[in-house]
Amino acid sequence: MKKVTTLTKTNRLPYFSLYFLWIGLFVIAPVALIVYQSFFGIDHSLTLNNYRTYLSSSVYLRMTFNSFWFAFLITALTLAISYPTAYFLTKLEHRQLWILLIILPTWINLLLKAYAFIGIFSQSGSVNNFLTFIGVGPQQLLFTNTSFILVAAYIQIPFMILPIYNSLVDIDPAIINASHDLGANNFQTLWRVIFPMSINGVRSGVQAVFIPSLSLFMITRLIGGNKVITLGTAIEEHFMTTMNWGMGSTIGVVLIIIMFITMALTAGGRKGKAKS
Amino acid sequence: MKRFGLFAIVIVIISALLGLGVHQLNQASGQGNAAKTLTIFNWGDYIDPALIAKFEKQTGYQVKYETFDSNEAMFTKIQQGGTAYDIAVPSDYMIQKMRKAKLLLPIDHRKLKGLDNINTQFLNQSFDPHNRYSVPYFWGTLGIIYNDKYVRADEMQHWQDLWNPKWRNSIMLVDSARDIMGFALVRDGYSMNSTNLDQLQQAAGTLNKLAPNTKAVVADEIKMYMIANEAPLAVTWSGEASEMLAGNSHLHYVVPTEGSNLWFDNIVMPKTAKHQKAAYAFMNFMLEPKNAAQNAEYIGYATPNNKAKALLPKAVRDDRQFYPPAAAMKHLEVYADLGTKWVQQYNDLFLEFKMHS
Repeated sequence: MKKVTTLTKTNRLPYFSLYFLWIGLFVIAPVALIVYQSFFGIDHSLTLNNYRTYLSSSVYLRMTFNSFWFAFLITALTLAISYPTAYFLTKLEHRQLWILLIILPTWINLLLKAYAFIGIFSQSGSVNNFLTFIGVGPQQLLFTNTSFILVAAYIQIPFMILPIYNSLVDIDPAIINASHDLGANNFQTLWRVIFPMSINGVRSGVQAVFIPSLSLFMITRLIGGNKVITLGTAIEEHFMTTMNWGMGSTIGVVLIIIMFITMALTAGGRKGKAKS
Repeated sequence: MKRFGLFAIVIVIISALLGLGVHQLNQASGQGNAAKTLTIFNWGDYIDPALIAKFEKQTGYQVKYETFDSNEAMFTKIQQGGTAYDIAVPSDYMIQKMRKAKLLLPIDHRKLKGLDNINTQFLNQSFDPHNRYSVPYFWGTLGIIYNDKYVRADEMQHWQDLWNPKWRNSIMLVDSARDIMGFALVRDGYSMNSTNLDQLQQAAGTLNKLAPNTKAVVADEIKMYMIANEAPLAVTWSGEASEMLAGNSHLHYVVPTEGSNLWFDNIVMPKTAKHQKAAYAFMNFMLEPKNAAQNAEYIGYATPNNKAKALLPKAVRDDRQFYPPAAAMKHLEVYADLGTKWVQQYNDLFLEFKMHS
């Protein structure tokens, strides 16, 4: 018995080391480099000024707040659309086909999708053609907060639907039947039984959408016309235009911290579940 | 499981074959003597491909053409090393910056033929005195594009006119801190190269008042939008403008007479150059009036080559939009490399403006 355990341990080591090497090289090292860079000023001297600038500048704080607010709106809209969609998906026949149709848009390049929306929302685009046709007249759709949130939500929707769908599918139909048998109506069943049981899917969906939404930058320009400025825009500027990598990294560090906080907040319930 | 295994094997085999094919193709295109190659690092679509073919035929060099989309990206790539570019085409302020960073090789004027074809107006600029490091390729300006369906010519002659409340939510600005802060500085009567914090802050205040008129701050997409009549006004460079004008006959380009930017894209030899002889051959080739004219007609930018300009059709040569008269040329300013601290200042103020709008 003893011999077997030592054998498996030595067998496992090479696999593990490969894993650690991967994580070390591609996860820990880049994060460490970003943290390291953030302590350097434009003149390559060691300094805390980047953090001081960040925390004392109303511009960056407002930008952080902006990013947060937009990420929240995007996540809320995505959730509002995705939960019902995922729920109805579980009721359909040919579910695999429907799921495939939802995954399909993620295979298309983000830039192409953004440009497609430019065509749809522009003055001579299909939406405005329709509005003119029904007598409303052309509206300014591009470069508005609404269009930015819509496009961002559209891009994020698959990442929200899939985890919710997976957790909904896992629910044993017998439990739902039991709920009905015990006198709960449809709404009560949904709110008291189905939703709590799918909460883990919602959590991972929110994580998968909220965190990337914080640092969106390309569609802020293409669809938002740079009228929506997020932390991602600032990072791009610091790395590509002013070459102030220190400040760019500082914002990166702030984003990573926000990311951990979001993870901690949304993962809170799981421990509770493990206990019970 | 068996089917899955078969599937996996088929995919691996197809990928391996594709990989082999790519390798073969690379080998085929890199054929011949490695010493007889020339690696050019240029902006995308910034040379007539027919000229590359002609150069290859005439000199026997194999051209490898690689592209970049911003001066900063090019700078980083050359600075980091590991590249073998023989020729690069940076803009004015970047040439100064590269010179300071010791990334350029001096050009031996004895090996150059045809530098005297270049208009002296475009030689010996502040970013490269006596053209020790660079040979002019194209030049241009910063200006206003308007659509005559919505804007009358007399309504849009000066920077000041952009602030007219009539143009609420109508102007597209190019996403470039130096240019946008630059015209705000000119409007306030200062230099586009100002390094005076009070002047900069005043210009930023002026610029923030433009926020209600600003429809969007975008990049290359401006071309597409203006051609599609999405906005009546835009501020961008003459090169972009010439492409827009070709796509929509209602568009016109104005360089305000009170002053604007004069920019250059020049040919340089980066430190990484391995085939200097080929690089000189290419510079001389591009200095030849016939080739320069052909290139200018293809790209649509203004050529600094006097003899080449003479070969262009009269309508192009006399187009005051792209070859402004001497009186306007006098007020144009070339950007100087202001150093990281001031570049940061310009960009911070510009970012604040973007958040404002």
